[in-house]
Amino acid sequence: MMTSLLYGGTGVILFALGLWAFLVYEPLLRKLIALNIMGSGVFHLLIAIAERGALPPDPVPHAMVLTGIVVAVSATALALAMGRRLEDDDDAG
Amino acid sequence: MRRAGTLVIGALVGLLALWLLWVLRDALVPTPRLAELALRELSNTGVSNPVTGVLLAYRAYDTLLELAVLLAALLGIWSLGAASPGFQPAGTVLRGMVKLVVPLLILTGGYLLWVGGHAPGGAFQAGALLGAAGVVLRLAGDARAGLPPVPVQRRLVVAGAGVFVLVGLATMAFGTGFLSYPHAWSKWLILTIETAATLAIGVTLAAAYVGGQPQPPSDTDGPS
Amino acid sequence: MTADVLMLLFDLVLLATLLGLAVAALTSPDVRRAVMFFIAFGLWLALVWARLRAPDVALAEAAIGAGLGGALMLAAARRAARRSAVDGQADPDEEGS
Repeated sequence: MMTSLLYGGTGVILFALGLWAFLVYEPLLRKLIALNIMGSGVFHLLIAIAERGALPPDPVPHAMVLTGIVVAVSATALALAMGRRLEDDDDAG
Repeated sequence: MRRAGTLVIGALVGLLALWLLWVLRDALVPTPRLAELALRELSNTGVSNPVTGVLLAYRAYDTLLELAVLLAALLGIWSLGAASPGFQPAGTVLRGMVKLVVPLLILTGGYLLWVGGHAPGGAFQAGALLGAAGVVLRLAGDARAGLPPVPVQRRLVVAGAGVFVLVGLATMAFGTGFLSYPHAWSKWLILTIETAATLAIGVTLAAAYVGGQPQPPSDTDGPS
Repeated sequence: MTADVLMLLFDLVLLATLLGLAVAALTSPDVRRAVMFFIAFGLWLALVWARLRAPDVALAEAAIGAGLGGALMLAAARRAARRSAVDGQADPDEEGS
């Protein structure tokens, strides 16, 4: 229980840190890093809840996190492509 | 003003974090969970790695939709314009390293795909390694990141979700329902889906790194 | 008992480093350095997940989250640096490209 609380709490803190940075910083890349750290916090929380001391860890949250990681990185790639397109348009206009 | 705003946001987010921590402490009671059920039924799925079992047997819908999300993201990237021309050709040392690393990455990817049935590994990790091989090739100066020509790329990218749906339809025609595999075939169906998914994920990630529409087939100067 | 205390100490060190890397990635003044801290954060997170007995997810995070995500962001950071150099600020060329 102690371990779960410790690791889960770290997930919550990571989420909060990411949220703060997401709201405070303006450049796109910084917002993306913040968003990814928010996501990592959520993933971390799920992994921490899945681990239960003596019992085998729960594979269901693991699978959810696995899909989540891939979706997060594809969303990041899409956001970066959009940002690049905006920059190019700025340069042209 | 700016500094004050930062502090106010910090205080609000801190309060949110405290509230979430408090909720977490109360939520952490040993409740019944899905793990027991998932582990008990694992022998029916044909794989012995519980995570692969969850991904491709119990919650196959999730994985199918996830491949669709990947496809959508890549379509978005491709529709945003052409890719940048890429980097200049690598120097001798980097080229030597690439020659060594890329086959190793592909080999490790194949190994992870196979081993995913009974040990940590699977389609996502294998696909990521293929994507990483593409990134390395692009950094070494290959403008197309080692990917096949555009029409093949398109087919491969669609293959992930496509094979998944085809297997689902086949099991439906077989009478077991969408994506519920007959016991004897389970392992091979899962492996088929995973192979297609690995290729699709690898191509998608590498193409996302290239970050734009593949060059039109006007550059007919042979394979790279 | 000592084993428990040692384990707790290990956990604390692991998590403190994780949080430190996250803060560094979020607040580092240089964007490129922030991205590098983010990659380090992703790799460390994979380590923590291995400790939590989630080797599948740890593998995926190391390869996809830290590796590919980091490569994408590094490319973007490089472009941002080049843009600000074009905009007229003196920018010592660290690329060596």
